[in-house]
Amino acid sequence: MKVVVLNEIRKGFYLDSVALMRLSREVAACPGVIEAALMMGTPSNAAIMRNAGLLNEGAAVKGNDLVIAVKADTEPAARDALDGAIKSLEKPKSQGEASAAWRPHSISAAVKVRPEINLALISVPGDFAAAEARKALNRGLHVLMFSDNVSLEDELSLKLQARDAGLLMMGPDCGTAVIGGAPLAFANRLRRGKIGIIGASGTGTQEVSCLVSEAGEGISHAIGVGGRDLKKDIGGITTLMAIDAFDSDPETDHVVLISKPPHPDVATTVLKRIGQSRKSFTVCFIGASDMTVPANARFSPTLKGAAELALGGKPIGAEFDPGAVASRVARRPAGGGIEGLFAGGTLCAEAQVILTAAGREVTSNAAIPGVKTLCAGRDPGRDRLIDLGDDEYTRGRPHPMIDPSVRDDALRAALRNPALSVILLDLVLGYGAHADPAEHLTRLVADRGQDAPVLIASVVGTEQDPQVRSAQVRKLELAGIVVAPSNAQACELAVAIANTAGR
Amino acid sequence: MTDQNGPQYQRLLAGKVEVVNVGLEGFVKDLHDCGIGVVHVDWKPSAGGDPQMAALLAKLGV
Repeated sequence: MKVVVLNEIRKGFYLDSVALMRLSREVAACPGVIEAALMMGTPSNAAIMRNAGLLNEGAAVKGNDLVIAVKADTEPAARDALDGAIKSLEKPKSQGEASAAWRPHSISAAVKVRPEINLALISVPGDFAAAEARKALNRGLHVLMFSDNVSLEDELSLKLQARDAGLLMMGPDCGTAVIGGAPLAFANRLRRGKIGIIGASGTGTQEVSCLVSEAGEGISHAIGVGGRDLKKDIGGITTLMAIDAFDSDPETDHVVLISKPPHPDVATTVLKRIGQSRKSFTVCFIGASDMTVPANARFSPTLKGAAELALGGKPIGAEFDPGAVASRVARRPAGGGIEGLFAGGTLCAEAQVILTAAGREVTSNAAIPGVKTLCAGRDPGRDRLIDLGDDEYTRGRPHPMIDPSVRDDALRAALRNPALSVILLDLVLGYGAHADPAEHLTRLVADRGQDAPVLIASVVGTEQDPQVRSAQVRKLELAGIVVAPSNAQACELAVAIANTAGR
Repeated sequence: MTDQNGPQYQRLLAGKVEVVNVGLEGFVKDLHDCGIGVVHVDWKPSAGGDPQMAALLAKLGV
């Protein structure tokens, strides 16, 4: 089939990535359009568009150009979609936006107007994020860098600069933090309390903080450090500073450290520092085997276990008995397989820990130590646990926490897969997340067949979140989706059902 | 920097957070809703959209 690709390049026109993704979806839905993208022309975005065949040969774009790219099956279809996109971009701003307060054009101008500013939240395209972080540090600001696609060299250099200046450099790729009740990036509305969190993992921090908050305890602060902070190259710079900060914080009694297993040298340094702390700790290195921790710390390989330790041993969702729930599930498709489609990378990692501990053969695109890496079309007998927030699914697309439709194709395929007994899902609520992920999910699965796999979900969130956790749970349950109190218990239920499939 | 009250990052937890938001505009409303002071920067790529030049200028403090 002959396809037509049209490009329009708007010089010096900037929109943030969420606004661009929304427009991209609108254009992609136009009749005859095969694929569409609206992106800033940064080097990495240009490469994505070239690889997708969306950028014409010879198109010269720069980081401050907005590129509209449409691939359609006919020239008129492509032209109509392109014209529609241009119209949307040129639409005058609403009354509210037009009358909005004056906005500075730089961090430096913002700080001049409001000298009380002490933290920069940076979510610009990765190609420019390090430069903005450096400007913020130069101005004496702490930084939370939500942006990803930042080099390790830049991360190290920024963290060293921050440490020298006594500033916290959270990130890059830091999905969440809560400082003094301020939700930074993707964060939940939590009870305030005495438990602090240091997280190298966004959804891990969200799951533990929500489980603690919903259990009636509270969070003092949650400091994000970025997913690579505990790698050898970075050496845990921000993690060690966060331990210092909690050590001197009178509001914090207990600290939970959440990360994928660190480099052994970094683990030794961090555990030694924990041993010198006046506070008690829970160390949650997801996927690590039981490890020796200092006397003032306890170890958990799962998020649920970490939350329970932080709660002084109080069990989460004690009323939930996976075996009993499994026996009440009416339909038990005979396939025996489990497929997990996760928005949260750490929830996917926790699922791998629980399924492998239960003796299941597992494969994943984000494999933890000891789990086989997923290869398309191979290992048909293994459970597949997929992190849909991984780069291969989100390059040039929104994260599934913002746009749950990222999961749609994989979910449709799984619903028709006779080898599966169970599909495991997560919904992540809170600020920054989709307004109603349960509605999206229930619509998609409404017409599933009688012999479709059992759907099991967990909902990361709190009653105080904008989406209201109980309302989301109710919506799922009305659609016949079984909801577990935590991701770990959803996994245990999946195992219980899959192990008795067809009986 | 460290003063008699300890390094700034230790004081961050004790004080009030005031944010400058550079990038996704959606974060501004969330912070406002929680009563957190926030200023949104009307950001555009600097240095004519050249990331390397932007990084160099930032290092030079421009």
